[in-house]
Order: sequence, then C-alpha cells, then structure tokens
Amino acid sequence: MLRLEPRHRDAMIATAIRALPNEGCGLLVGRADEVVEVVPSPNVADSARVYEIDPRTLLRTFRDAEDRGLDVIGVFHSHTHSAAYPSPTDVAQAPDPSWHYVLVSLAEPMSDVRSYRIVEGAITEEDLALDEDEGHDPAPRR
Amino acid sequence: MAAVLRVPTVLRPAMGNNSVLEVEGSTIGEVLTRLTEAYPGARAQLLGEDGALHRFLNVYVNDDDVRYLGGLDAPVSDHDEITLLPAVAGGFL
Repeated sequence: MLRLEPRHRDAMIATAIRALPNEGCGLLVGRADEVVEVVPSPNVADSARVYEIDPRTLLRTFRDAEDRGLDVIGVFHSHTHSAAYPSPTDVAQAPDPSWHYVLVSLAEPMSDVRSYRIVEGAITEEDLALDEDEGHDPAPRR
Repeated sequence: MAAVLRVPTVLRPAMGNNSVLEVEGSTIGEVLTRLTEAYPGARAQLLGEDGALHRFLNVYVNDDDVRYLGGLDAPVSDHDEITLLPAVAGGFL
C-alpha cells in the first residue's frame, strides 16, 4: 500500500498535464510506504513515449531526502495515451524492488493514478491510501 | 589518493553490502576498474559490454554528472565524493 495525501496525487497529475505532449515524471520522497513530498522532474528523454528523470534532479532529491531523514521511495510517470499500467520497458528498467512505481494515465478524460511494485519482473498493483490533508497548503509544491 | 564512494541501495548487494566505500584512482575509469576488480559481480551494473559507462548509470563527482566532465576520464581528487545512482527511466521503447 502507498499512503499519500490528495495534494500529492494532484501534484503528480499536474506534472503529467504540464509535460504534455510528452510523458511527465518525478520522484516520491517519504518513509517506506508514505509519501511526504512529490518532486517533479524534467523528462530528459523529451518524449511522448519514454521518460528519464533528470540526473541533476535525481542527485539533489537523494541528497535532500537523506538530509531530512527521508528516502526516495519511488517514481511516477505518465502515460499520455495508454492505461496506468507498467510497460515492458518500465519493468525492464525498474531499478529498485523496494520502490513504488506510480503511473498517471491521461488516456481518458478522468486521469487515473495507480501504484505498483515491480520485483524481478513481476508487477503487482497495490492500494493507494489517500489520507486527508492535515492542515497543509493544498497547492502542489514546486 | 582516496575518494569516498556512495553506493545506492540497489547496488549494495553486489558491492559487499557497503553503503560507503573508500576508493582509489585519479579518474572515474580507474575508480570503476578497481571497483569491478574488488566486486566482479557489480561489473554488469557499472560498465557496458564495450567497457564504457553503463547507459543507465549516473555517476557524479561531488555535484557534477561525469558525462559533462569527460566520462571515464573525469578526474577524481582526494576527498572527492563520488555518487552512483541508477538512471530512473522507462516507457514504450
């Protein structure tokens, strides 16, 4: 299960929409199964079919998370014209079995956000637990 | 000369479960060559079959991506901090 607040989900959808016509992407920072922050990244693949997190964003996010006692716990990216399900390339390039892989599909008028674990090529969908905001600014950060 | 190498979680099993290693070498190429000699199981994750940096590995010296510092020829100095991070990528290739 991946726990997150509505503002985190909204930040991922906003990143996906801003990236159009390309795929949008970013990192999830938090603790184990709980998202604390969504960090959008430029898609350095600059493509509607593939994504790659900006290496500078990657380094900065890892260092910043470590300084705050947090971890990078996963990644999100969008599928602009297909379902929120990992593609074979997503699976082949999944670097970390402990990560949460979140897909944002913009294929239908209502965006669809789903989370998966990818372990040794096996894809398992997990529940998204949307916690209510706890007094936070509802605007997406960054 | 010794620099500090930070090992990401996914590479630790192939590198003696270390999170930080002290490494020797005056270039990134020398550092990675010595690493693969010490940890042969990590070679496929560090270098391509052609001996170049692995396409899906980001290597940084301090704050800089070595792709902009000459790749394997990027210089390494005493007390530099080298960070390895697998690229995060995907899509319908």
